[in-house]
Amino acid sequence: MSTRLATGGRLLNKSTSVKFRFNGKYMRGYEGDTLASALLANDQMLVGRSFKYHRPRGIVAAGPEEPNGLVNLGEGSDFEPNARVTTTELFDGLRAESQNHWPSLEFDVGAINKHLSRFLPAGFYYKMFIHPRPLWKHVYEPIIRHSAGLGRAPKTRDEDTYEHFYAFCDVLVIGGGVAGLEAARASALSGARVIVMEQTAHWGGRTPVDGGDINGMPAQDWIDATLAELGAMENVTLRTRTMGAGVYDHGYVLGYERLTDHNPEAQGPRHRLWRVRAGHIITATGAIERPLSFAGNDIPGVMLAASVRDYVVNYGVSAGDRTVVVTNNDDAYLTAIALKEAGLDVPAILDARVLPEDSAAMARAKELGIRVLMGHGVSSVKGGKRVTSVAVCSQAGEGSVLEEIACDAVAMSGGWSPVVHLWSHCGGKLMWDTANACFSPDPDQPPKGADGGQFVSTAGAASGVFQLDDGLNDAFAAADGTLRCLGRKLPRDAKASQGSRNDEAPMAPVWLMPQGASVKLREKAWLDYQNDVKVSDVRLAAQEGFVSVEHAKRYTTLGMATDQGKLSNINGLATLANALGEDIPSVGTTTFRPPYHPISMAVIGGEARDAAFQPIRRTPMHDWHASNGAEFEPVGQWRRPYAYVKSGESTHDAVMREVTNTREKMGLLDASTLGKLIVKGPDAGWFLDMLYTNMMSTLKVGKCRYGLMCNDNGFLIDDGVVARIDEDTWLCHTTTGGAESIHAHMEEWLQTEWWDKKVYVANVTEQYAQIAVVGPNARNALEKLGGMDVSKEALGFMEWADGVIGGFNVRVYRISFSGELSYEIAVDAGQGQAFWDALMAVGADLGAMPYGTECLHILRAEKGFIMIGDETDGTVIPQDLNLHWALSKKKEDYLGKRAHQRSHMADPDRWKLVGLETTDGSTLPDGAYAVGEGNNANGQRNMIGRVTSSYHSPTLGKGIAMGLVHNGPDRMGEVLEFPGTDGKTYSARIVDPVFYDKEGAKQNV
Amino acid sequence: MLIVSCPNCGITAEETEFHAHGEAHITRHAVGSSDDQMETYLFMRKNPKGVHFERWRHQYGCGKWFHMARCTMTLEVFGTYSAQTYSPPDDLLARIDARRPGWREAT
Repeated sequence: MSTRLATGGRLLNKSTSVKFRFNGKYMRGYEGDTLASALLANDQMLVGRSFKYHRPRGIVAAGPEEPNGLVNLGEGSDFEPNARVTTTELFDGLRAESQNHWPSLEFDVGAINKHLSRFLPAGFYYKMFIHPRPLWKHVYEPIIRHSAGLGRAPKTRDEDTYEHFYAFCDVLVIGGGVAGLEAARASALSGARVIVMEQTAHWGGRTPVDGGDINGMPAQDWIDATLAELGAMENVTLRTRTMGAGVYDHGYVLGYERLTDHNPEAQGPRHRLWRVRAGHIITATGAIERPLSFAGNDIPGVMLAASVRDYVVNYGVSAGDRTVVVTNNDDAYLTAIALKEAGLDVPAILDARVLPEDSAAMARAKELGIRVLMGHGVSSVKGGKRVTSVAVCSQAGEGSVLEEIACDAVAMSGGWSPVVHLWSHCGGKLMWDTANACFSPDPDQPPKGADGGQFVSTAGAASGVFQLDDGLNDAFAAADGTLRCLGRKLPRDAKASQGSRNDEAPMAPVWLMPQGASVKLREKAWLDYQNDVKVSDVRLAAQEGFVSVEHAKRYTTLGMATDQGKLSNINGLATLANALGEDIPSVGTTTFRPPYHPISMAVIGGEARDAAFQPIRRTPMHDWHASNGAEFEPVGQWRRPYAYVKSGESTHDAVMREVTNTREKMGLLDASTLGKLIVKGPDAGWFLDMLYTNMMSTLKVGKCRYGLMCNDNGFLIDDGVVARIDEDTWLCHTTTGGAESIHAHMEEWLQTEWWDKKVYVANVTEQYAQIAVVGPNARNALEKLGGMDVSKEALGFMEWADGVIGGFNVRVYRISFSGELSYEIAVDAGQGQAFWDALMAVGADLGAMPYGTECLHILRAEKGFIMIGDETDGTVIPQDLNLHWALSKKKEDYLGKRAHQRSHMADPDRWKLVGLETTDGSTLPDGAYAVGEGNNANGQRNMIGRVTSSYHSPTLGKGIAMGLVHNGPDRMGEVLEFPGTDGKTYSARIVDPVFYDKEGAKQNV
Repeated sequence: MLIVSCPNCGITAEETEFHAHGEAHITRHAVGSSDDQMETYLFMRKNPKGVHFERWRHQYGCGKWFHMARCTMTLEVFGTYSAQTYSPPDDLLARIDARRPGWREAT
């Protein structure tokens, strides 16, 4: 069993006991425990079930590489799935539940899959569920979806807060082990601004566990002294619980700081995203131990050797009473020695190597009375939910059992892989290190920055340098090189810290144990614990032709679990290389992508939620709208009233009332959001002639003209009324969404194509409040307010004038988007509310009511006016909308003119604008397609048109719509069928798109 | 995320402050041009692995357009220059020659 030892536990505060719950059971740990160490202290080795076969899974590692220990943490608004037990610090009241089992962790029905495992090989889903096709949708998919997935999605809103933090430094050191601290110390001596990030709560990394002296003192003393030195330097920032998550272009780094996960009662944000711009990055991210591939290596109790050592030294926890160590290197001997020194039993060390002589570690192990079996390995591990024994075999053979050793834990070590993720994120290349059988960073192919120079270096074990003295020298050299890249220098008297050295015998790569393991053994030799990928699966993938490592990964799901293959990748690709008969470097690695380790989605959002999610643009009359029943709709970042709903009224009722009232009496529309661009200069007329399809240079001062804008592809992008203000000034109205984009469009042409033209453009949209006064009583109301002459004679249709109305300085445009008598009146933005109030007051007797955007849409649709974004979608040209009249024939050139001559554009055989009237008066579904005769190549019905706008018209008492129909204008009177998504089929007759006042008599009065 | 220097206002800032607009030095063809010329103008763009001349706008800064020469592989920035020109400046081309010998043949 695993248990708490009487002694040891350098990270624990044993005076503070902590109570927590796992699967409803109360347990105790100490302050300083991780959830993993506390579970092991309570003999809870079993922590979950695997993804596919639901096999029992125990804790394997002690750090972020842990593949099995994933739990649901907390409840309600604190609930979080897939928390890793090894990176979760214990706190009082912690609640954790294991995942992926039913009905319980101990007894799981899904575990039947393990007996079916020979029928569930790699690519099983693809092979099994392809036929018969209908079964996929109705049988297979629902079952697979039900049984797939780890953890549960949170159901309630996250009540915690998160923040972003921007930081800048010369040198960013990622990793606070001894190499990171040495690199930081050396860098900081130059005066450079240094930030150091350490993902755990503790500095020093593995060295205090592994032992050794630095500068003649115990490693921990050196760590404390170095931290004190760094802490006293103003140019150094030290952060624990902060992981370097990703390295991006030009020295951009994301750090993930967990502020209150270990202390949920604390105030302040839970996580913080560090957005760092670093001149240079030093990754001192250490290395991760590899498992060995032998049968039964997934049985709970089989753990990484160094992690077993971590639990003993850091937490005073033993993984088992009797631990068999199995290894291909010297490092695992330290575990055997640590266990023995803690008073635990190590019945044997199985060392796959055959060495001419004992190394120092071996000699020490033998001195302690540990039996060392060279050239031996594990044939298989026995046990179900816990290891019971190990069957020993020769590594060179096929697995014949030589003896069986009873034990309750196995500590395995297949060697070490440098954590190269951050080096690789931004293009750093790797090379194969034969001596250590690992990929390590290739210093000749580093990530490159804006100036083409190296911007990432590695230090210590992350460089593939595993001895303490070498690691410190490497870190010092990394700092030296980094400072050179930055044009800085180490002080002349700066010296590298000197580490002690333990001479080790060389490791020997072992990718399968025993090397000739039979199929039966290979089928139980796990590579990826979380996703249940075995040696046999990878070999099968290779056999079936998935020879690229990226394909084999996706076919077998190797390394695709939440641990992203931190343990499995190298073993997996070595297995693939063996199966292909190639060497490992030629097979290569899969791509390393950020983040290094999962980070919370919430921290990516940071403060950007609720009101702070995005800026909201409000017109000067916004508050009046809000307090007068307005239901708002987003239009870009604007909020516009959709309708003003009175009590007892539905939204639809309100819209209908607004339409009728505007047609019969008077309506007020807040049109302030419409874009207003001033275009001015000696060449402004020429410029507008290029931008609009029709002629603007000939417009007389005081007049307005409706214009269309195309891009140079010929497609419609905007429309609006242009007013000529004076000889060299025009005011262009754009759509609400177009104010910024059309301004940018104009600037683009002026700056990048016609930079010799003298034109100035200013976006004055927000400088004015603009109110449309619409309806038969509109003139009456303005006359009652008094001031300028607004009669037809003084201010005719499509004219504008400056003047005073009701004491307000106004600019009045006689333009109409409703078909009614209409004045659009602009006042200074600051006067908008007062002018609106004056209009409402004077209009009270005249039936004035405000109207919203839906009413505006119906009014324009009744008149057959197009709306950019409804009748256009980026593929529509003016000709499609029967707007030939707005295409100048006199102008030699304008944007889109040449494109309209391209064969497909000039083809008369196109979908064109028509009106649509349902045969039964109902309203067509917006976006519905009209179906024609026959089927297309995919067996779908041919489509001959679609609805672009559809409303119920209260004026006409029926549904009206506009649509684009194949050769539509030539098919007047024809009845088309529109199948709806509601299962009904709608019939509509093709009619003229102008439903109301075809002569335009009402607006021209 | 790139760091970009605007040659118009002189500010060096995060890429999020800017907007990229594709290949630079495209010739506008208009009325009187052939269909092939129009196709080239509207649709044909280089997609080099290496040196690329691009149009950028300092969208959330001074609002001005400029050009940038950049390596699409390493993201090295060779320089930024005025948008009001028909070809990259000679000193920039010389810098690229020095950094990427033979790049002209490759593109």
